[in-house]
Amino acid sequence: MAVLVIADHDGATVRDTTHKTVTAAAKIGGDIDILVVGEGAKGAADAAAKIKGVRKVLLAESAGLGKVLAEAVEATVLPLADGYDAILAPATTDGKNFAPRIAAKLDVAPISDIIEVVSPDTFVRPIYAGNALETVQSSDAKKVITVRPTGFDSAEEGGSAPVESVTGGDAPKTTFVSEEMVKSDRPELGAAKIVVSGGRALGSSEEFHAVMDPLADKLGAAVGASRAAVDAGYAPNDYQVGQTGKVVAPELYIAIGISGAIQHLAGMKDSKIIVAINKDPDAPIFQVADYGLVADYKIAVPELMAALG
Amino acid sequence: MKVLVPVKRVIDYNVKARVKADQSGVDLANVKMSMNPFDEIAVEEAVRLKEGKGHHAANTAEEIVAVSVGVTQAQETIRNALAIGADRGILVQSDTDLEPLAVAKVLKAVVDEEKPDLVLMGKQAIDGDNNAVGQMLAALLDWPQATFASKVEIKDGKAQVTREIDGGLQTIEVALPAVITVDLRLNTPRYASLPNIMKAKKKEIATKAVADYGTDTAPRLKVIKVTEPPKREAGEKVADAAELVAKLKSKGVI
Repeated sequence: MAVLVIADHDGATVRDTTHKTVTAAAKIGGDIDILVVGEGAKGAADAAAKIKGVRKVLLAESAGLGKVLAEAVEATVLPLADGYDAILAPATTDGKNFAPRIAAKLDVAPISDIIEVVSPDTFVRPIYAGNALETVQSSDAKKVITVRPTGFDSAEEGGSAPVESVTGGDAPKTTFVSEEMVKSDRPELGAAKIVVSGGRALGSSEEFHAVMDPLADKLGAAVGASRAAVDAGYAPNDYQVGQTGKVVAPELYIAIGISGAIQHLAGMKDSKIIVAINKDPDAPIFQVADYGLVADYKIAVPELMAALG
Repeated sequence: MKVLVPVKRVIDYNVKARVKADQSGVDLANVKMSMNPFDEIAVEEAVRLKEGKGHHAANTAEEIVAVSVGVTQAQETIRNALAIGADRGILVQSDTDLEPLAVAKVLKAVVDEEKPDLVLMGKQAIDGDNNAVGQMLAALLDWPQATFASKVEIKDGKAQVTREIDGGLQTIEVALPAVITVDLRLNTPRYASLPNIMKAKKKEIATKAVADYGTDTAPRLKVIKVTEPPKREAGEKVADAAELVAKLKSKGVI
């Protein structure tokens, strides 16, 4: 049995999501190889080789792979697929982009976003934005899986696997145009350890930013918002946490002026610790909060800022 | 340009999914069902391509076909798409819930018949959360894909698509025909007006059966069980911000 893990990396090194996917691969069992696709990604391949339990690292480089175009990844992986019983990728936007494409070409049913490996062919994955957990058994000989990083611990360092070159594929019908990465000192919403989210109670876009931004900066947190706040125009759409927005599971989630509609709870209820600040003691958010502070945010947030020092 | 928009009938996003006591799935009896919100955004964008709204030239899309693979009631979902502005519908009836791979195969067969220049669809359905059908359809057709679109521009037989990726935005250009899956920020779907709802009742919906397409739709995955996630208990109320900070410090999260 052998498992191929497609690495998530920035060229110079592999991201922690790769370590977590290796842990999932180890639970499936067998030899683990890591495929690094990219352009000028030798550093990432060397970093992948240091992950414990890895048999070898395959490095595929081409122009289309520099931007992880799905068609190029597909063309790289298909010739390698024969040697593997399972192909895993972290459930990042890249992994979600190329994994189903590979699965369709191999005529297998992809299994998205697993949070647990029950046995080599059985996996647990959230459905309905995490309101239910589905345990599925695959009858496909080969499995194509994306792994939700928050579901697994990071594989340790300490390996010294050899790095081999393999042929990189291309994406003839796709051209990369540009990239605009958010240059913010704040962490990304999906990966942040602390998230502070604001709701409709904040009343305006100016107030939203005046209250949430300093608090986020003090805590080194990402800023989120409820759908109600986004719909009202107080916060940009990419701040939205919930069933139709981003699903987050940080160590600490602080909800300010958020009532806790079902659709919002679906996006944050797997957070480790939830804090709710709301002046309505009957707000549903308090039913999922570890710590609830019944207070007007106008008083509570400045006090919180002061208490944080 | 002809645009095909696959739409799925799912539990309304404001309804809490409840797991059945026998762990066989989620209880959908007497639950409000709606069009998958991401599909609604795809329909809206297709209609804007036709109307020439926003940055689109008028008649960028000439015909919009909404297709749904699902139970008889998925007709209502198609009707909804027609009320937003799609021209006609196709219902591929299936009494069983098909897996994403099977849906992709059926859609491929529909594409082979309809020959659209563009397939615009939601990035994922909010029931199964697989985020897979669009990518698989593109692979089966050997078409390029542009997933998680937050901006779409059609020109000279190409689509320039801005994609929501982790940490930012990526813009790519794909040659048409292509599959584009849409993300939340692409647009805000309109509410169908009453006259348009009335007009939609007169638009044609062709009904087919999955068997008509002769594709292999056998399930590959067996659902062993569907369970509730671990329940969160309401915690404690704190008196003020100072107490809150003390508690969070003791937990080591700040």
